[in-house]
Amino acid sequence: MTKKITIDPITRIEGHMAIEAVIDDGVVKDAKSAGTLFRGFEIILQGRDPRDANRLTQRICGVCPTAHATASALCLDSAFGLAGEIPDNGKLIRCLILGSNFLQSHILHFYHLAALDYVDAAGAVGNLAPFIPRYEGDYRISGQANAELVNHYLRALDIRRKCQEMLSIFGGKMPHSVGIVPGGVTEKPTEDKITNFLWRLNEIRDFIDNAYIPDVIAVAKAYSDYCEVGRGCQRLIAYGGFDLPDGRLFKPGVISENLSSKQFAKENITEDVKHSWYADSTSGKNPAQGQTKPDVKKKEAYSFMKSPRYEGKVCELGPLARMVSNYVQGDAKAKELVDSLLSQVNADVGALFSVLGRHAARALEAKLVADSMVDWLQQLKPDETAYVAPEIPDQAEGVGLTEAPRGSLGHWIAIKDKKIDRYQVITPTAWNASPKDDKDQPGAVEQAIIGTKVKDPDNPFELVRIVRAFDPCLACSVHLLDVKGCQLGIFRVV
Amino acid sequence: MDTKKYPVIWLQGAGCTGCSISVLNAVSPKIQNLLLDELVPGQQLNLLFHGTIMAGQGQPVIEVLRDTEKNRKGGYILVVEGAIPTAEGGIYGSIGEQDGKHLTIAKSVEELGRNALLTIAVGTCATFGGIPAARPNPTGCKGVKEVFTDSGIDTPVVNLPGCPLHPEWFTGTVSVVLFSGAQALDLDDLARPKLFYGKLIHENCPRRADFDKGKFAQKLGDAGCLYQLGCKGHYTYADCPLRQWNNGVSWCVKAGSPCLGCVEPEFPDGTSPLYEKITFEDLK
Repeated sequence: MTKKITIDPITRIEGHMAIEAVIDDGVVKDAKSAGTLFRGFEIILQGRDPRDANRLTQRICGVCPTAHATASALCLDSAFGLAGEIPDNGKLIRCLILGSNFLQSHILHFYHLAALDYVDAAGAVGNLAPFIPRYEGDYRISGQANAELVNHYLRALDIRRKCQEMLSIFGGKMPHSVGIVPGGVTEKPTEDKITNFLWRLNEIRDFIDNAYIPDVIAVAKAYSDYCEVGRGCQRLIAYGGFDLPDGRLFKPGVISENLSSKQFAKENITEDVKHSWYADSTSGKNPAQGQTKPDVKKKEAYSFMKSPRYEGKVCELGPLARMVSNYVQGDAKAKELVDSLLSQVNADVGALFSVLGRHAARALEAKLVADSMVDWLQQLKPDETAYVAPEIPDQAEGVGLTEAPRGSLGHWIAIKDKKIDRYQVITPTAWNASPKDDKDQPGAVEQAIIGTKVKDPDNPFELVRIVRAFDPCLACSVHLLDVKGCQLGIFRVV
Repeated sequence: MDTKKYPVIWLQGAGCTGCSISVLNAVSPKIQNLLLDELVPGQQLNLLFHGTIMAGQGQPVIEVLRDTEKNRKGGYILVVEGAIPTAEGGIYGSIGEQDGKHLTIAKSVEELGRNALLTIAVGTCATFGGIPAARPNPTGCKGVKEVFTDSGIDTPVVNLPGCPLHPEWFTGTVSVVLFSGAQALDLDDLARPKLFYGKLIHENCPRRADFDKGKFAQKLGDAGCLYQLGCKGHYTYADCPLRQWNNGVSWCVKAGSPCLGCVEPEFPDGTSPLYEKITFEDLK
């Protein structure tokens, strides 16, 4: 029997998302993912002072604004001809600000967005909103172990808040910090700030080591079948990120199914639109030449997201991609972290391509970033410059590629008459939650859902566990669209 | 005595979730207290619907909205985060599916707003439209008060702007409502509580003495008043310099950045270019 399930809204993600799955004999045969909010950021940016893009694009997303601050700063650095001029202090403080946000975002994601799919909060605190209603039928952890996880859910609220407070030492405030600017950062480091930052960081590191990572392992042991569910496309991309004085923390790379790694080149990105509401004539273009011509009458279309592809292939971005990219390229710390975790749950690298593999990669990445931040703090040179003032050119182009908590993020700008002529953002969720492409290959989330067994179509907990493991950020993705001239009377996002 | 519970529906419109994240940063009371405890003796909030936090999804949570509107008429608090897209019948933003159709943000804000005890608009998008409503406002975004006026809804609205809002502007407003009732909120002509939005940033800025002495920063990172670098603290009303952000760690000017004027109705069009110094025209 064929049955269609629509889950709308998907909650405990950033933004507005819906999932539709066609189920036949209890197995998902087809899936569609779509965003249900459009704001039009790129249209709004047109004609503004280029420097303002650094402030305004942060407002794309309140969960990961610093990733947009970083990408826009790199993008503007390159357009302003400053890419090689950023002082070491500026690079390091940018990374400390971005790193703090990674930690808050990852801890928030596991405990407050994802964990309620595995941890019985209502069982511990009572049948209270907002812990009910929920999908029922598969809560496997009980008693003391469950109570401890719920306790960590509550403690993690404090820890993620403290990540924001730590960020504010250099960033001024969160969300929407003010520290990262084109040219570097707004303030020089001082010894008192460095020490203040370090001891906040140490408390967070203690939580990652002694709660976050052990909790992910506990969930993985109780739900070990989810180390196989949701494998996805198994091709990964990392643009690379955290630009330090001596290189980058995350190595860029394109990882194929057999775990071999190739060099990443942004020229190989294309965007298909066969199943998106855009004119077919614009399909298959690199974002640098990308056009956005809406066509909402297309019968095959079901999303306002385009389908980014690399050499025509579907790819997954995010902590899994970054950790595997560093792992296969021989990064010692990544290798040690991944191997140690895999031995604890008795699994091989292949198990990372799964719902719980994505959670595990995210937790290990939190540790990798947090531990690295200690080194970055020690490299700061107190009271030395962290900024070089830019001049806005009459005409220029720029690109900023970085890593956001959810995966690789790119900003592109064209400046004309000292104003923004064109601004384009491609986010990790645009890749992960993309619709089918010109060759009808489903997007990464769609592929992860297709083939999944659904026990009870009225409580499809399997599907939301898969979707949430990608940590989708819809506000980041659906702003991309230019729908000028759309006849929206006939438009329906599923 | 039984605890009096105020059901709360928190809707997210055209926004970035930043105001929700900011409320998660609340320190005293903390978010745990807001969710689970009596906020003031004998009274607490009961957060029935919040897209980022609640366990449920899909049809069951849409039912929660319907049930609250029908059965708790005049007894619940509606919180709106994000602007309301109104172009093309509101199709640019939907919060879920109801009866096989999109439940648009506009429709849900109107329906739930009509029957609420009080509506709190959090953040500059929900209050004045904010960035989604910035030039050329591609989706016809509006703030809550404007939508209510257009639809003849007379539920009182409290505006708590900011990009994002400070968590204590929210917890403080809720405290006034629980202690003394919504009528006790002393609002300015933009429906902002004077308790938080009554003071000019420039008057309380730690760099005010630099301004008075004519000592101006020439580039970011310099000591001195940030006026030349575009600071909007001269016309922005908020208590950031006194309250500070993130558990009192810092705020924009302390971190060396000019105030962006993010609580003001003109943000961002009227406050940009953000790094150009304001003129006397701006102050009119």
